[in-house]
Amino acid sequence: MSIDILMPALSPTMEEGTLAKWHVAVGDTVKAGDVIAEIETDKATMEVEAVDEGVIEALLVPAGTEGVKVNTLIAQLAGGASSNPPPKGEGDREAVEGASAARPPSPASPGLPPKGEDFTVVAAEGASPVLADPDLPEGTVFIKQTVRDALRDAMAEEMRRDDGVFLMGEEVAQYQGAYKVSRELLQEFGARRVIDTPITEHGFAGLGVGAAMAGLKPIVEFMTWNFAMQAIDQIINSAAKTLYMSGGQIRASIVFRGPNGAASRVGAQHSQDYSSWYAHVPGLKVVAPYDAADAKGLLKAAIRDPNPVVFLEHEMLYGTEFDVPQIDDFVVPIGKAKIRRAGTHVTITAHSRMVGLALKAAEVLAADGIEAEVIDLRTLRPLDHATILASVRKTNRLVTAEEGWGSMGVGAEIIARVVEHAFDDLDAPPMRVCQEDVPLPYAANLEALSLPTVDKIVQAVRAVCYVS
Amino acid sequence: MARARKIASPGPMTSSKGELLKFYRDMLLVRRFEERAGQLYGMGLIGGFCHLYIGQEAIAVGMQSIQLAGDQIITGYRDHGHMLAAGMDPREVMAELTGRAGGSSRGKGGSMHMFSTEAGFFGGHGIVGAQVSLGTGLALANQYKANGKVAFVYFGDGAANQGQVYESFNMASLWKLPVVYVVENNQYAMGTSIERSSSETHLYRRGVSFNIPGEEVDGMDVEAVREAGARAAAFARDGNGPYILEMKTYRYRGHSMSDPAKYRTKEEVDKVKKTRDPIDHLREVLETKGWADEAALKAFDAEVKAIVADAAEFARTSPEPDPAELYTDVYLEAAP
Repeated sequence: MSIDILMPALSPTMEEGTLAKWHVAVGDTVKAGDVIAEIETDKATMEVEAVDEGVIEALLVPAGTEGVKVNTLIAQLAGGASSNPPPKGEGDREAVEGASAARPPSPASPGLPPKGEDFTVVAAEGASPVLADPDLPEGTVFIKQTVRDALRDAMAEEMRRDDGVFLMGEEVAQYQGAYKVSRELLQEFGARRVIDTPITEHGFAGLGVGAAMAGLKPIVEFMTWNFAMQAIDQIINSAAKTLYMSGGQIRASIVFRGPNGAASRVGAQHSQDYSSWYAHVPGLKVVAPYDAADAKGLLKAAIRDPNPVVFLEHEMLYGTEFDVPQIDDFVVPIGKAKIRRAGTHVTITAHSRMVGLALKAAEVLAADGIEAEVIDLRTLRPLDHATILASVRKTNRLVTAEEGWGSMGVGAEIIARVVEHAFDDLDAPPMRVCQEDVPLPYAANLEALSLPTVDKIVQAVRAVCYVS
Repeated sequence: MARARKIASPGPMTSSKGELLKFYRDMLLVRRFEERAGQLYGMGLIGGFCHLYIGQEAIAVGMQSIQLAGDQIITGYRDHGHMLAAGMDPREVMAELTGRAGGSSRGKGGSMHMFSTEAGFFGGHGIVGAQVSLGTGLALANQYKANGKVAFVYFGDGAANQGQVYESFNMASLWKLPVVYVVENNQYAMGTSIERSSSETHLYRRGVSFNIPGEEVDGMDVEAVREAGARAAAFARDGNGPYILEMKTYRYRGHSMSDPAKYRTKEEVDKVKKTRDPIDHLREVLETKGWADEAALKAFDAEVKAIVADAAEFARTSPEPDPAELYTDVYLEAAP
């Protein structure tokens, strides 16, 4: 009886990878623990081990094949009891570090990709047309780039421009970044400017702020914003408030950045959206880009900004490709929203990953004759409420979408402002789409129930349009 | 190689007559300034929290004497003495206490949040222990810029139990950052004595597991402070990494102005005042050496009294900040 060997997932968010190399040939006898293949993603390389004894019966995917989907049958083994070979894990800090955390494909959901359908939607959205940025000169050439590489390029360009800019955080240097966002920065800029820290968020956030007070321009990477709760005192009490408390004497030009929000199946402590937490605080600027162009242009603006900037990335978007303009020194101003899709019937606001869902919802709605205007907030503080108000005055209806909890959230703030300033323009009470009011569950079905979806946005829009 | 040693007595006398007289004058200024601040608080001119430095004067003054131009100072909220020792104008310190436009932060910081880029004084921080990470970051910037400067980071025996202190110790030692940690051990974290809060009460040993050398110093003896400070600063400035000085000291007043003083006896306080007072001690040293020129000391009294009276008057009469200041200094304009 044959044992199926499937393409394993290297991380919670991995969808596909390259089968780089076979270490065995048909007819070879292997035993449990033998390395039989190497697989790669843009983040990591990993060895695949056999978990059963037997003879290699067939190698179904040739070495060097790219884009092999997780759970694809890649080889068959004759003999022994049936099971799938999990990849070898390195026993790293947390499963969320996609680069190192190996996870076998879930046996409970054969044939399903290891992530929710929403991510597939977002990934597809990367290739779909959006409104052109009006600030770009005519004839601008675009290249396809992942959000990950766009962020990397932004840091590299700013580090070339200003010797005072440096990157510090866990695994940013030798490891090349837990999510490979800092790939090759160490090689170019050396250990003085790309600094591996111990696992000590509170401490290194404080060191970063102190260095900023002394005139440097630190980029402090949190492996995820979930870990930054250890450091939130330094971000708020030291970075955000000192300019004010010192009567303008002490500045802290610093960027805190890292992935924010829910990844996939990593549980409540690793899946939280901090948008409203930081957007609450005067003295901070808060940026949450969706596509690669904004990731690049806004990160460059954040690094140049003389104020502390909280830069919220999304792990689920790191590997997604978007068009990025080929312009020297492409900087996107902080504080300006972007209309991603023009519409007349309803306004949908979103930021970060939710923009992709909102655009998909707009497509679904368009098929029903509802034209939604999708506003990508891009910056949460300062919030571009002029763009939101102008849109609502046109559409008279509003749905907000965010990944965080609704209570005291970004949508709550937007709706409050719209009610304050454009109450008479509203034809229906606005609605919020957000995470359910519970810690994010681990179970796949409950997780999917908890998070905002395209369908939830569609239903909210129908409700505010009084369409059943 | 961790050296944690106890220095029982000061080393050989290295200060000149002029230096010792200056220390006397500067310590007297801090003492009288703080006494006046206490009065103004009682009169309702100073609000909120107000933590006085009385009893600990020898530390700020002694350490200041060994700093070089461009070195940085950062401390917690018991900061008035440090600011005066660093040369900040007593008027703007007192006016910040009263929350007036003439204050060093234009009235927007208050007692716990004062700064002077000119004096290299980076605050004035209200969160216990936060300044230790921030100060270590100042040292990181010094190393990054290779500017030869040292960061002097002050914290109390209470802050010594905060986790980020040890996160900072680890990185400072790992990266050999030019920082001197000065623990002002005044025996009480608010109302909790060090014996009741600390499993290791010898705070100079707290760097042992990070390979940071430490010394215990008589923080009531300005010469001892100066000598230990010089040794620590040289160690850090020469690229050897951080150094810990535990200054054994005592605060005469309450933790803040609203201290019930139930956690220690009046006798204990009186005994320290009588036997270990840093200003009396220095006066005795001057007398022993025949340097206590009565006329000179009297002149200091008069000078200090006048400075403090002037500062108090300024702090009382300086206007409150313009309401337009409410929304200034929240953000800096980004360069176009």
